[in-house]
Amino acid sequence: MSIELIGTWIAALLTLCLFSFLYKDNPFFRFAEALFAGVSLGYYIGQTANNTLKPNLVLPLVHDFRGNYDLVIPALLGLNLYTRYIPRIAWMARFSLAVYVGYYTGVNMVQKLQGEVLPQAGATMMPLLGAFPIAGTTALLVTLAATALVLGLIDSARGHLTRGAVIFVSTWIVARVVAQVAFPLAADALDNLLLFVGVIMVLIYFFFSLEHRGAVGGMSRLGIWFLMLGFGAAFGYTVMGRVSLLIGRMNFLIIDWIGGTVRAIGG
Amino acid sequence: MEGFLHFNLQRANAFVLFLLFCTLILWFIRAARTRQDLFIRKIAGLNAIDEAVGRATELGRKVLYVPGISSIDENQTIASLAVLSHVARMTARYNTELDVPNKDPLTFASARETVKEAYIQEGRPDLYNDSIVHYVTYDQFAYTASVAGIMMRERPATNFLIGSFAAESLLLAETGQASGAIQIAGTAEIAQLPFFVCACDYTLIGEELYAAGAYLSRDPAMLGSIKGQDWTKALVGLAIIVGTLAATTGLFDLARLFRAR
Repeated sequence: MSIELIGTWIAALLTLCLFSFLYKDNPFFRFAEALFAGVSLGYYIGQTANNTLKPNLVLPLVHDFRGNYDLVIPALLGLNLYTRYIPRIAWMARFSLAVYVGYYTGVNMVQKLQGEVLPQAGATMMPLLGAFPIAGTTALLVTLAATALVLGLIDSARGHLTRGAVIFVSTWIVARVVAQVAFPLAADALDNLLLFVGVIMVLIYFFFSLEHRGAVGGMSRLGIWFLMLGFGAAFGYTVMGRVSLLIGRMNFLIIDWIGGTVRAIGG
Repeated sequence: MEGFLHFNLQRANAFVLFLLFCTLILWFIRAARTRQDLFIRKIAGLNAIDEAVGRATELGRKVLYVPGISSIDENQTIASLAVLSHVARMTARYNTELDVPNKDPLTFASARETVKEAYIQEGRPDLYNDSIVHYVTYDQFAYTASVAGIMMRERPATNFLIGSFAAESLLLAETGQASGAIQIAGTAEIAQLPFFVCACDYTLIGEELYAAGAYLSRDPAMLGSIKGQDWTKALVGLAIIVGTLAATTGLFDLARLFRAR
């Protein structure tokens, strides 16, 4: 038996130990869990020392201290974290954490504004009449009628909010299908309208300064509908990814482990 | 012209929004410090926290708090620590066992500070010990296996899964549900939210997580910050409405000002 096949056997048995958790917690799972945690922790300590500390801190300071003296500051901040183990000066560790949090909050704020808020807001500002004005207007009117119906329901009866949302979504779907078949160019208008309404309703849902009652409550309810539709799509997409991971693991067990062993025995 | 070399005029839009954002936040923090009546609407998941800790106290079982897998450079982790502070104060008040396993070393250090501080503030430093907040490993799935093991072996009555999560979200949420625990989750990771919505009793969605700390602590700085964010959102929403109407009528192209360069 080759070294490689021994490694495959160990990996396969550990995989089965972890899969045994699907039945219930058991000693095999506990063994694999403890081994996995211990080995990974040791591995990451070695990796951090060799791939982060050594090339980014130790070597630059050893080879050219004068050119890299500014690295002493983060090094001291890092070492300062360990003062928490000396009770008398444990409070000093907070300075390092404060610098770390403050630095990344500032960096993240600009990145989020530049990379997410601005482009997403800009991309939402689309013409609602689409590329073909007449068809777009027709589609727009249908959807506006549905929106008016929802708003009417919100105003008239709070108990009908969910029904109103159902009517809006179903009317949009019908209008979208009709547009796709009869006025293909109007489909853009409907998509833009849905995006626009969805973004505004979701923004209202995440507005914390107003009580969600009456019309605001209705719009926020519609916002949650949009969110749930988005989550449904994300759920399906992610589950497909997870299934492919499971297939990968099954391939390993069947092809590499069982197939590899059979090939080794058969010579 | 020389003086402007360090200022990228093409990114002036981000700079203006940044200034507006900071001004609103600072203004509202000041307002929160002078007036104590800044309103924040109720958030369903947060109202359930007291109930969930109470349940653990009644059953005599522990509360498990998972602060996500990211470091404290992630805003969600910082928000999670604010919720942890509230949970820790409650467990200290009711003498309920708390367990906080960690993946990231810096989050671990901060979580320990947070919990220790909460126990001191609640007047129960005697109940605090370092094993409440413990380190597991840096590997994502080894950490997940370990937390799943805690869920099934020690059967916490309440699981909090609050912070930044990735592929382990469904593994943890499903295991927690199978163990019969009441689960409160919160994250801003769009890909993970569907799993929490399906498998947990309450979910803090996106910005609700950031508002959670302010809502629970009523700290003027945090309240002012949430208010500032709210009004920034309102202004961006207004800009979207104006920009969409302008694009529809063909009057002007407001979207041009929002293009990131």
